Amino acid sequence: MIRSEILREIAPILHDQLVVCNIGLPSQELHMIDDQPTNFYMLGTMGLSSSIGLGVALAQDKTVISIDGDGSVLTNFGTLPTIANNVADNFILLIIDNGSYGSTGDQPTYAGKKTSLSKVAEACGCENVVECKDVDTGKVLQAAIDSKKMTIIVSKCDSGNIKLPVITMDPVVIRDRFMKSVAS
Amino acid sequence: MSISKKIVDDFVANDVSFITTVPCKQLAGVIDEVEARPEIYHIPANKEDEGMGLCAGAFMGGKRPAIIMQNTAIGVTVNTLVTLTQFYRMPLPMLISYRGELREPVSCQVEMAVHTKALLNQMHIPTYHFHKESDVNEFDAILKYTFMCNKPVAILTDASFWGGYGDQ
Repeated sequence: MIRSEILREIAPILHDQLVVCNIGLPSQELHMIDDQPTNFYMLGTMGLSSSIGLGVALAQDKTVISIDGDGSVLTNFGTLPTIANNVADNFILLIIDNGSYGSTGDQPTYAGKKTSLSKVAEACGCENVVECKDVDTGKVLQAAIDSKKMTIIVSKCDSGNIKLPVITMDPVVIRDRFMKSVAS
Repeated sequence: MSISKKIVDDFVANDVSFITTVPCKQLAGVIDEVEARPEIYHIPANKEDEGMGLCAGAFMGGKRPAIIMQNTAIGVTVNTLVTLTQFYRMPLPMLISYRGELREPVSCQVEMAVHTKALLNQMHIPTYHFHKESDVNEFDAILKYTFMCNKPVAILTDASFWGGYGDQ
């Protein structure tokens, strides 16, 4: 499976959850598949999906799912020790690991070579780290939500992209409707 | 009252309850004070752009955030400030140690100091410079201003403000 196929499959699970979605194609795909006010789309700032999601989770009680990519986690590796040492049991980090920088032309990442993000997360002190196959992502994600324990999921999948338009929604609108969803 | 205590009292009085920090020698006292306050969730960050991501999330989660960092971080965070904090119109008080100013013992710090205000100006970030101890009296108003206008705001605090580095 490629990332857009995973997102299509887990969209019903994400539907009612607060989601912080990574820059570029992941946000564009989620926006196309199931646009919700509970989705915070990153229009820039590669690497910070996990940091933003952890901040939301620490500030309130609702479950927050950060959708990240292997390339973006590599960009912001410092996030993993911060997550490990600031446990928020309403936080799930879903890393869709296709071993490539999808939005920029599928250049390979080190996560697709020797580096294991799940082992790095464990070494950083994260306690519930689950590496799964692409086809199992929905099942693992639902189990993480039900567990009410902070969980890091690394979903190993194929690289590949679909063609779709950029998000033209104003960033303040994205932020405002997300904040209203948080507060509701 | 110590400067550090006054600063953190103002944070608390303005309902700032989520503070991320990347340490600097000059900021050690204020970071200790942040850590000591039960009203504040203190979350050390490994890099300042990560810290700004945490603050953006905390703000959207309903808390008032702040970041405490060194001016070298302005070089690190230009992209985050413009594409996250400013683009989505979020407030962020940035208490910054202004290294490389008068009484600075480390020459390399001057290299970033000469760019600090120019970069903040280029990004149209409201900037205040605390040089004398009494300048701290404006901190409360600066926090109110930041959360009124939903912008990142810089408070540069130099060595003279903090009482210098001792005899040199």
